[in-house]
This record gives sequence, C-alpha cells and structure tokens, in this order.
Amino acid sequence: MELATSDRYHAMSVDSFDTEKLLTNAARQRDARKLNEFPIFDSDAHHYESESISEIIDYIDDDILNHLARANPGIISQGRGGYQPMGGRITRYPLRKIEETPADGVHRDVHLSRRWMDAMGIDYIGLFPTGMLGIGLIPQVEVEVQYARAYMRWLTEKILPSDPRVKGYVFLPFNSPEAAYEIATEFGDKEGIIGFLITSPRYKPVHDNAYMKTYSYIEETGKPLIFHSGLNWNDPLMSVTNRFIAAHALGFTLYNVIHMCNWITNALNERFPKIPVVWTESGLAWVPWLAQRLDNDYKMRSSECPGLKKLPSDYMADMYYTSQPMEMPNDLSFLESTFKMINAETQLLYASDYPHWDADMPMTIYDLPFLDEKAKRNILGGNAIRIFNLDVSDRYPDYKAA
Amino acid sequence: MAREILVGKASDFKEGDKKIVPHGKNSEIGVYLVHGNWYAYANLCPHQGGPACEGLLMAKVEEVIAEDKTYQGMRFNHDEMHIVCPWHGWEFDIADGQAVADRKWSLRKFDVELRGEDVYVLA
Repeated sequence: MELATSDRYHAMSVDSFDTEKLLTNAARQRDARKLNEFPIFDSDAHHYESESISEIIDYIDDDILNHLARANPGIISQGRGGYQPMGGRITRYPLRKIEETPADGVHRDVHLSRRWMDAMGIDYIGLFPTGMLGIGLIPQVEVEVQYARAYMRWLTEKILPSDPRVKGYVFLPFNSPEAAYEIATEFGDKEGIIGFLITSPRYKPVHDNAYMKTYSYIEETGKPLIFHSGLNWNDPLMSVTNRFIAAHALGFTLYNVIHMCNWITNALNERFPKIPVVWTESGLAWVPWLAQRLDNDYKMRSSECPGLKKLPSDYMADMYYTSQPMEMPNDLSFLESTFKMINAETQLLYASDYPHWDADMPMTIYDLPFLDEKAKRNILGGNAIRIFNLDVSDRYPDYKAA
Repeated sequence: MAREILVGKASDFKEGDKKIVPHGKNSEIGVYLVHGNWYAYANLCPHQGGPACEGLLMAKVEEVIAEDKTYQGMRFNHDEMHIVCPWHGWEFDIADGQAVADRKWSLRKFDVELRGEDVYVLA
C-alpha cells in the first residue's frame, strides 16, 4: 500500500507489515539488557476494539441501540477529536490493516499483542480499549452503558480466555453510577480481570455519593482502581488550542489532575484506604506540580478539607502511577526528582501504551542511570505484580534472540 | 580503517530512493539519494532505538507568517527533507542527521563513496 507523504518523489510503498519486524530493534534492546531474567508487566497496553466492532455489537442486548450501533459503528470512537498518527508518520497506524494473523481461533488482537510483547520482552499486559477511552463524552448515557456491558462480555469471553498473558480491567460506565456498580459486580471476578477502569475524559465528580457503593465493592475485591486519561479537543477550554500537540499534552494530563484533586480533597483516600488507585497515561511531570500546588493551598485552607489527616502530597505518594508517556528531559535530574517525589521504586508501574504513537519501550526505565537494578525490576514488573496480585509463576521469555 | 559495504549500483537509485543494508550482525545502515546527494545513517533512532531509516521521507513543514505577523497557514519545504522514525515520529534533517526538534540529538552518519557505478558506505 502507498503511504501518505509530502510528495510523489519520496513516496513509500509497502507490500506487507509485520509488528515483529518493526520491533526488531526492541528485541535487540531486550536481548542486550537480558530482560528475560525477570518478569515484566505492561500495565497500560491497548487494542483497537473498534476493529472488532461487529463482534462487540452482537453483545448489545437492547434492540434499538444494537440497530443504531450496526448503522453507526463508529459511535464509540466519536467525540474526542484530533489525529494521533501524525499525518501518517507513525507507519504502524495505516499498515496494521495489512498485517496478517493466523486463522487459528485465537483472536487477532491476541496474536498482535503477543508479537509486540515478545519483541519487547514483556510477560504480561493489562489491556485497555482505545476508542472507548472517549465514550464518557457521549451525551447518551445509555450508549456508554450498553457498550460497556457488551465490551466486557466480549472481552471476557473472546479475548482474555485466549491467553493468560493478557489481563483486563472492568470498564465502568461512570456516567451512570448504578450501571457502574452493576457492571463492576458482574465482571469484577471474571477470569483475567485484574482491576477496574474509569476513563478520565468525562464530566462527573468522582466524589459524588452515588459512587460510594462501587468504591466499597472495589475495595472488597482488593483490586486496583485505574483512572486512564485521554484528551478531548472539543472541551470548551481545549478547543481554544489549534494544534493537536497542545490538546494532547494538556488533555492527557488535565482530566487526571481534576479527578485526583477531587479524590484527595474529598478524602477518598481516607474513606477507601485499601484501594490501590492508579493514575494512567498522564506522564509523570504533573505530579510534582500538583503536589506542590495542593500542599501550598492546603496549609492555608485546610478547613475546606477536614477529612485529610496529612498533606495532599503524602496521599499522592501513597498512590500509583504508570510511567508512559514518561517525559525524558535532557537534564535527567528533573526526572530523578519526580521519581523521588512519587516513591517510584514502590509506586511506579511500567507502561508501554503500545501500539499507540507515543509508546515507551522497557528501555526507557531500564536505562535510567539513577535507578539501581532492584528499582528497575520493581518498576518494570514487581510493583504491578504486587498490587495486581498476579501469579507470574509462568514466564514467557520464549522468544528467539533477535 | 573503515569497513566498506557495497550498497549496489548507482543507476538502481532514483530520486528519493533508499536502501537499508546490513551492518554487522545486529544493525543496519540506511542509504539515501536525495536531491542528487548520497547520505547514509544508522538505522537506529537516538530517542528509543527505533528503526529510523524504515520510516518515511517527508519535507520540512514551515509556517507561513505574513509581513504583518499574521498566520497564513503551513507549507512543505521540499529543499529540506526529513527522515521520520516510524516508532515515534522524531524527524532528522537528511543533510546532517540532526533531530530537527532538538539538534543536540542526531542519527549516526556514515560516508558514502561512489566508485564508478558502485555505491559504497564506509562504516
């Protein structure tokens, strides 16, 4: 296929595409660093569930919404705006459609996941959807609810049973507190489910009393609650920006900033002290900023947050963060300072975000000069294994050397 | 002394073509003919190690600002071509291999030599 480029003289035509080939250099990094010597868990990996939309629609029980979805299969991906593949510069976006996978009964998403997992030396992944990251922005609450239930049925019946290396999260249709509770309890103990997911781009206050029974249930399960961020270029504030880089850099941070502010100032850490709360895909540089802002204000306005028993930054250091998209400043002392503030050795979870455009390889953690071997292994796998309570007695470094 | 790697015949290249040749057991070099000039770079992005030479060649994007400082749009400048790493989109000036967003970073550059019809990389 012909890839879009700036002119006909420099066109690029590609006959076939193989994720394993694209990631040859990742496999070389894996071998050079002997990543097979310890387990690696990728806590934020993705599939494109929209490519399986016809399968998911089959699980929508409501006749009207089932018909609506069949007539408008792009409905789950609407609303966020923007263009992630950078004008075709990230070639795996257009080329994935010509990548072949075996017709052996194992879902294509699992085959594709195994390829990049093996190339990077990753044993296990926590799988997130892509288009559905923005479904909380759809004005029709019932659409989110129906899709969430259909997706969860499809995920737990068609994807997760195919491979123990692939783990999943319960997608909570958070715009309906009642449905969020029902789906949490319906799918919370299914095989392969390791946590609960709230997609952050939405306009619901996490401290609303309507959510307390859901949090109580999550706390009982002992599984983490994950806030996966995203962007929304159509947000009135974000729509002031005219470059996607701004909508992306701000959006993926802002929604988690707001939810975290509400989570902390309403003392939900005190009310649900046993829920491991994980903040995903916002990078890390925002954490020192927010911690310092909240601490400074809290020392003057503590009466507004009487539920707190310590500084906001102390609660932030108790929570968990996924690494990607990890900012890599030329002066690494800035990043080192962030790691210190979040107690990275115990609180940071490696995430690739693959196959998305700003994916991070395991070497982004492994090559940091200020980490010792123990810290590297904790961040790349040990911390996630602990909080997700994963059995990693089966290892998967069965790839061939690059 | 630099190792010589035979790339192929010059006549097999037309404007904008590239060929990726092995360089030892675990690396490759991308050889380009752009604007009549030969270039060779390691197929290894300094960002996260992506196969930079397997990506697109794209023209520099420029902003068009009028004399009164108003924004008038963007345009391609085909005089400056960029190697685009397919993993993350880092762009490198084909002329010197430097990352256009931060010229402290660059692709490793190799010399290219023509001997008659044969193209060699000195690695």
